[in-house]
Amino acid sequence: MTNLTDLTVAEIRDGFRAGDFSAREVAEAFNANVAAAKALNAFIVETPEKALEAADAADRAKAAGETLGALAGVPIGMKDLFCTEGVQTTAASHMLEGFTPTYESTVSKKLWDAGAGMLGKLNLDQFAMGSSNETSYFGNVISPWRRGGGDNAALAPGGSSGGSSSAIAARLCPAATGTDTGGSIRQPAAFTGISGIKPTYGRCSRWGIVAFASSLDQAGPMARTVRDNAILLETMSGFDPKDSTSLDLPVPQWEANLSSDLKGKKVGIPKEYRPDGLNAEIAALWDRGIEWLKDAGAEVVEVSLPHTKYALPTYYIIAPAEASSNLARYDGVRYGQRDLPDGAGLQDMYAATRALGFGPEVKRRIMIGTYVLSAGFYDAYYTQAQKVRALISRDFEQAFDKVDLLLTPTAPSASFTLGEKQADPLAMYLNDVFTVPASLAGLPAMAVPGGLDSQGLPLGLQIIGKPMDEQSVLNAGLAIEERAGFTARPEKWW
Amino acid sequence: MTESTYRIQGATGEWEVVIGLEVHAQVTSQAKLFSGAATAFGAEPNTQVSLIDAAMPGMLPVPNRECIRQAVRTGMAINAQINKWSRFDRKNYFYADLPQGYQISQLYHPLVGEGEIEIVLDEKNPGSSTKTIGIERIHVEQDAGKLMHDQHPTRSYVDLNRSGVALMEIVSRPDMRSPAEAGAYLSKLRTILRYVGSCDGNMDQGSMRADVNVSVRRPGEEFGTRTETKNVNSVRFVMAVVEHEANRQVDVLEAGGKVVQETRLYDPDRNETRSMRSKEDAHDYRYFPDPDLLPLELDDAFLDECRQSLPELPDAKRRRYEEQLGLSAYNAATLTADAETARWFEALLAEGARIQKKGDGDVAKASANWLLSELYGALNRLGKSLEDSPVSPQAGAELLALVADGTISGTIAKQVFEIMLETGDSAPTIVEEKGLKQTSDTGAIEAAVAKVLADNGDKVEQYKAGKEALFGFFVGQTMKAMQGKANPQVVNELVRRALS
Amino acid sequence: MSIDLQTVKKIASLSRISVTDAEAEAMVPELNNILGWVEQLGEVDVSGVEPMTAVIPNKLRLREDAVTDGDVRDKVLANAPQAEHGFFAVPKVIE
Repeated sequence: MTNLTDLTVAEIRDGFRAGDFSAREVAEAFNANVAAAKALNAFIVETPEKALEAADAADRAKAAGETLGALAGVPIGMKDLFCTEGVQTTAASHMLEGFTPTYESTVSKKLWDAGAGMLGKLNLDQFAMGSSNETSYFGNVISPWRRGGGDNAALAPGGSSGGSSSAIAARLCPAATGTDTGGSIRQPAAFTGISGIKPTYGRCSRWGIVAFASSLDQAGPMARTVRDNAILLETMSGFDPKDSTSLDLPVPQWEANLSSDLKGKKVGIPKEYRPDGLNAEIAALWDRGIEWLKDAGAEVVEVSLPHTKYALPTYYIIAPAEASSNLARYDGVRYGQRDLPDGAGLQDMYAATRALGFGPEVKRRIMIGTYVLSAGFYDAYYTQAQKVRALISRDFEQAFDKVDLLLTPTAPSASFTLGEKQADPLAMYLNDVFTVPASLAGLPAMAVPGGLDSQGLPLGLQIIGKPMDEQSVLNAGLAIEERAGFTARPEKWW
Repeated sequence: MTESTYRIQGATGEWEVVIGLEVHAQVTSQAKLFSGAATAFGAEPNTQVSLIDAAMPGMLPVPNRECIRQAVRTGMAINAQINKWSRFDRKNYFYADLPQGYQISQLYHPLVGEGEIEIVLDEKNPGSSTKTIGIERIHVEQDAGKLMHDQHPTRSYVDLNRSGVALMEIVSRPDMRSPAEAGAYLSKLRTILRYVGSCDGNMDQGSMRADVNVSVRRPGEEFGTRTETKNVNSVRFVMAVVEHEANRQVDVLEAGGKVVQETRLYDPDRNETRSMRSKEDAHDYRYFPDPDLLPLELDDAFLDECRQSLPELPDAKRRRYEEQLGLSAYNAATLTADAETARWFEALLAEGARIQKKGDGDVAKASANWLLSELYGALNRLGKSLEDSPVSPQAGAELLALVADGTISGTIAKQVFEIMLETGDSAPTIVEEKGLKQTSDTGAIEAAVAKVLADNGDKVEQYKAGKEALFGFFVGQTMKAMQGKANPQVVNELVRRALS
Repeated sequence: MSIDLQTVKKIASLSRISVTDAEAEAMVPELNNILGWVEQLGEVDVSGVEPMTAVIPNKLRLREDAVTDGDVRDKVLANAPQAEHGFFAVPKVIE
């Protein structure tokens, strides 16, 4: 018999409809995998009953001959940054421990309305700040991957959507939601050998997602195949009048229009993404990616994005600045933790509550953000960064006058050992060097696995597209997926 | 423009006061600036709060068109520059009445730029001396919630009903030079807001409050250091704050001290201002553009609608009353001082012109006089305002029409009006039922005149001997005999004829 | 621009995060390291460049003025650390 937890979203959807298995069987199989994978620490809250509830509803609907939702019978994981009504939502912070929203985020609601069931709330870097999932108050998420040769060192699943990437790679869920502010979908996808797409800024509503940096935050799906990403993204996207930055555009039929034939497409290779000292295995994979796209019919040319080297510093001004303000609401008054030392006044309560509730990386970013916005420094830091951001965006515009897509590596290295980069925040920040520029410009970008490095760890390629052109990004992703033939999976040790 | 001569006499000489006002006016709207929660005054605590107003995680603002529209109309009413491109910024600070940890406001690119308001310096003589006060800007922002300190010995309670209600902050130039000018400015601003309908101007409900910036200087010298007294909620208090604060600063300076730039609070019970506990970082608000909101871009159609929906404004109305209706400057100013009075007056005028089949100008003077003396007098006595006047403009116009066409005299009109106030009956009904119709029946009047002359033979002699002042006596006696119902002109004519 | 211990404490206070002296001292080199790195942006020629406003070209929509929300006090207060008589409660504030 088929192992249900090895199926893709498309296979589960179609098999359920064909009557090959019931939705309940699928939910039970994934629930069992979740329950058996505590060692990965991918979930903050497990909700097997929610998964079963949705599965039973799907089974009943099918039995009654009712129209089935696009995701009927499919259980998924929900990053714990999405507010879920009645289910604790923490952003992996002590600050929000015990917070039970009385509302459902737009994106998660769309998924439930389409018939998906929730397996649980996935661990992440605290307030989505991190690239290794080591900043969660609820403990590190462990990657299911290990280096070959008996090296049992615990590896980072990437971040901030590390619970999502680890759970999908370990077959705890066929797909999950992620959010991406500077690479938080793409980098963990690359680290764990799965795919994930950050759509154009404004495609997915931000309403009900705990905010990190408003002008950068964007939700997206993570799954093992490009097709599964297309399926989920169709459900997650769409205009939301409750989000002023939401794009008022119809949702394209990305899945139906998937095609790996890239004839007539021009793909740019940004030369600034190949700095001296680029990891040789990454460089080699990139070259293979170029060949695969050529093989699919695309014309490949070199392009220049001259302000690339300024993207990370720009990001590390804008994102902390927005975060310092977005996180001001966590003050111990209306929800979440409160620390009220004896005799403390209101302002003392704030300072004590925030010292207790936020982890070190969150504090660091709030302080940087506060500093760059403070009197006398605003123009030198923030205004300058927004100007450079405009230049970075213009670089992309000019490149897209000549090409339809860009191909780059997703991350500068494979996954690293937990703890390896903890001591040096800057070294950690550099992980996002290839993903941050597209975030700053709001462009759709996708990570797809390309192969394994010499240590047996996955490496990913990134495709960046024009605004609103997720279709071309998905199509190129599919072309790579078909040619890379990535079937490797972590050997179960947990 | 007239220069103010208001001076504070200090021990070391004269001081001039410099005043600027920042007025927060609640925008009239059903729902809040960025959420769909209601704005009504006086609801149970935290019942007019959405998850957005409570700043729950992941909540996002979406602006209310009406709030933007009203701010634009207000800007147009003060001849201000309307910025078709503006932006919302976050003003960051921590306080229990500020759930987001920031107020969404507009610092860098306000909706409304420079404008001006003309104030009258001598109310008795409105046409003679006016002064123009510059407006620096109007921006739109969120109100904060409310803290209650009296319910519990060790806790303060937070009510977020006001949190997120739309405010216009109307910032004046430091153009005022006396308590009276500050008062006149605030009154005039309130008049304009009420005309436009963008704010109800109810200062006692907190719909309008002023931050009063005061400094003093030697006449003609550079501006001194200013203090800002927050949330002053009446015209009278604003004037008191200016006076008190200016004198306090003079005392400080003359004692060799320095005025500290600070935020102060006004205590109306003691009529004094005191320093608020200064917060060290109060002035580092870390403003930056709100990334949850895009720039606000207004198109011509929107602006055209705003312009076309503006009513006639007080200054234009006052001029029209004087020039086209022939009213005195004082009456014109009084009738236009608030929108409700002008609206009432114009209803009275329209109804009067319709009943009497005359032009507005023909009935204006009588209507104005009656409204300002008879009606106002009665309302004062009854402790009522124009809004709950027991007599409607229609009823008033009917009464005035009876006087105008000679049906009743002015004296009888006063009696009829009293009965109208008591019974609510219409003037024609009262006149009919009580038989108050003025008579022009020359036969009856002639008989009365004859009797008066016969009864006062001595006075007739004196009159004929040259004491012409007695003419009024005969008229008065005749009117009295006719119980006031005789047409005075006819009486005059017949008395004259009988004596000649 | 290099920041010192006092500046770190000031930022912490502005951020309403209480820090011990040891924590603040540890943050000095850490924050300087990051700030020193982001300061390379100063070398970019931005003359004539407007700061970015909208990430993707989009217009701010305005909603109609209608009461569509509120009257959900239970939901608003549901997660409050301290709520009494329909209010949020905080330590007494002296104004």
